[in-house]
Amino acid sequence: MISITNLTKQFDSTIAINNLSLTIQPGEVFGLIGPDGAGKTTTLRVISTAMNPTTGHVSVGGVDTVSEPEAVKKMIGYMPQRFALYPDLTVLENLNFFADVFGSPRAQRAELIHRLLGFARLTEFQTRLARNLSGGMQKKLALAATLMHRPRVLLLDEPTTGVDPVSRREFWDLLTEVHLQGVTIVISTPYLDEAERCTRVGLLYRGKLIACDDPRKLREDLDAIVLEAHSEQALAARHAVEHQDGVLSVSAHGNLIRLLVDRMERMAQLESVWQACGIVVEQPREVKARLEDAFVLMLTEDRRRPTENRSEVPSSVIRSPSIEI
Amino acid sequence: MNALALSVQSLTKHFDHFVAVDNVSFAVHRGEIYGLLGPNGAGKTTTIRMLLGLLAPTSGSGNVLGFDIVAQAEEIRKRVGYVSQKFSLYPDLTVRENFDFYGGVYGVPREKIAERRAYVLQRVGLVGEDETRVASLAGGLRQRLALACALAHEPEFLFLDEPTAGVDPISRRVLWDLIYDLAERGTSILVTTHYMDEAENCHRLAFIYRGNIVAEGTPQAMKFKEMQDQVLEIDCEPIDAALIALRESKLFDEVALYGSFIHAIGRGLEEKVATMRTTLAAKGIAVQSAEIIVPSLEDVFIARLRNVDLNDQ
Repeated sequence: MISITNLTKQFDSTIAINNLSLTIQPGEVFGLIGPDGAGKTTTLRVISTAMNPTTGHVSVGGVDTVSEPEAVKKMIGYMPQRFALYPDLTVLENLNFFADVFGSPRAQRAELIHRLLGFARLTEFQTRLARNLSGGMQKKLALAATLMHRPRVLLLDEPTTGVDPVSRREFWDLLTEVHLQGVTIVISTPYLDEAERCTRVGLLYRGKLIACDDPRKLREDLDAIVLEAHSEQALAARHAVEHQDGVLSVSAHGNLIRLLVDRMERMAQLESVWQACGIVVEQPREVKARLEDAFVLMLTEDRRRPTENRSEVPSSVIRSPSIEI
Repeated sequence: MNALALSVQSLTKHFDHFVAVDNVSFAVHRGEIYGLLGPNGAGKTTTIRMLLGLLAPTSGSGNVLGFDIVAQAEEIRKRVGYVSQKFSLYPDLTVRENFDFYGGVYGVPREKIAERRAYVLQRVGLVGEDETRVASLAGGLRQRLALACALAHEPEFLFLDEPTAGVDPISRRVLWDLIYDLAERGTSILVTTHYMDEAENCHRLAFIYRGNIVAEGTPQAMKFKEMQDQVLEIDCEPIDAALIALRESKLFDEVALYGSFIHAIGRGLEEKVATMRTTLAAKGIAVQSAEIIVPSLEDVFIARLRNVDLNDQ
């Protein structure tokens, strides 16, 4: 459905996308993840025809985005991070406005808008001004507007950022419906639990695709063991082992410590370190890997490779700054 | 427990006929990380604005670091740092210029600012970025700079209103490491977030809904005391069709996607597993596993809010 071949996008001296190739099949829910500044938004903008590639080609449904942007636009619905709703118009007026923009036929308009209002669960709010909607409702309205011309491909740039968990669930319910109707979805998200719902996930870093697979497979192929342990002194327990051999990553969450280690035998080594420091750590045990573990590990490994470009993310990103405070 | 850094009693705020904050009482101890969780529009930001003296309460009282939120707001603002959802950084200025500007606003003496800047930028992981223009910083790095600016004057209390919205997982870790370190040193922190995994990082939490605190406690207590329902975690394929089928079956009170699993919520779930399997099998959906798990904070949060709605009806 979407074919990206050797795509590079350069802004002045910054290379936002670096020789990216990727094919997305019809009916996929494809998740774009990666650190801030990795190139997720730029990739979506190029697919949406809002921006031309510096070099390389992108096509949607076999149609080239540079030579036939109008034909591509008919096929896609693009919801940028800041979707421009009109705050002083009502929900219904906003939808009517976007129906004009997308040139939807007058005859079917009322029926289509009625259907979209129902779909977005906004029927009872249709006379409310957009600025008086909650953040979650604004996102649902933006999605409804994006679906106005019945696109076959939906491009969503962080649609759930700043949205509470209840609204986030509702939004994903809507996406599930859209997906079941056969629409291909490409979504960027900073939420890795959302990425786990995708059929495939692409991890972008410094404009390159450093991993691309079924999220289950990314988790299962993780070249590390994930351990969790509890401690009243979780922070001290973390500091005690973070520079130990074989410890790839360690984080503290309340009383919980989560570690990525290279092999199972490290457990005994860590326990003796904690014991020597007088830190009580309870029940270290192996747990299932999450996508976040894979994400952290892949970026850590990528960082160790030499690179000619200046890093977009300072080296302190992976390990927190270690200065004494 | 340590001394109180903040306490509010019956705090209430009306806007015309709308009750944004309704009779809210809570306290934060010195060095505590206190999380305020709730849907958009629940009253989190309004509460913070009253605590900072930016907005006068309709009724109720409170103090921050021993100063009254109405009569002594000036004293409070000198001693606290605040990172709002849309912290105003100057995009045309560099990292250094932004920091120095906020340092000046917060009254950091001129001769100390360079030293303080070097220290704080190191702490938030922005070393070597002094001369970078903010416009060319990625979102996560801007949030770190916003936090750095709020730390310029060594505040004793830090208010963080969704400091990690839209920030990638690694930058979020860096920010949380810093929040932990600050709390260890005795800084008190009030944080709002939509990330339930971050809520686990707080010492204590409150769920706020329609202006009321509907539950409060440690993350552990929330999972065991506030949740009367069970959670069944189902691993199956294809997940979209399973979600619809389970909802239509009305077997559970709530069925939702959770990562690549489905969480089905209700009571007496042991009895329902077999029916669930038959229902899905009839639609040609294979169930890899189904087990009753300790609820996640997200499950608790959503179940708690649903109960409030049911009680209201």
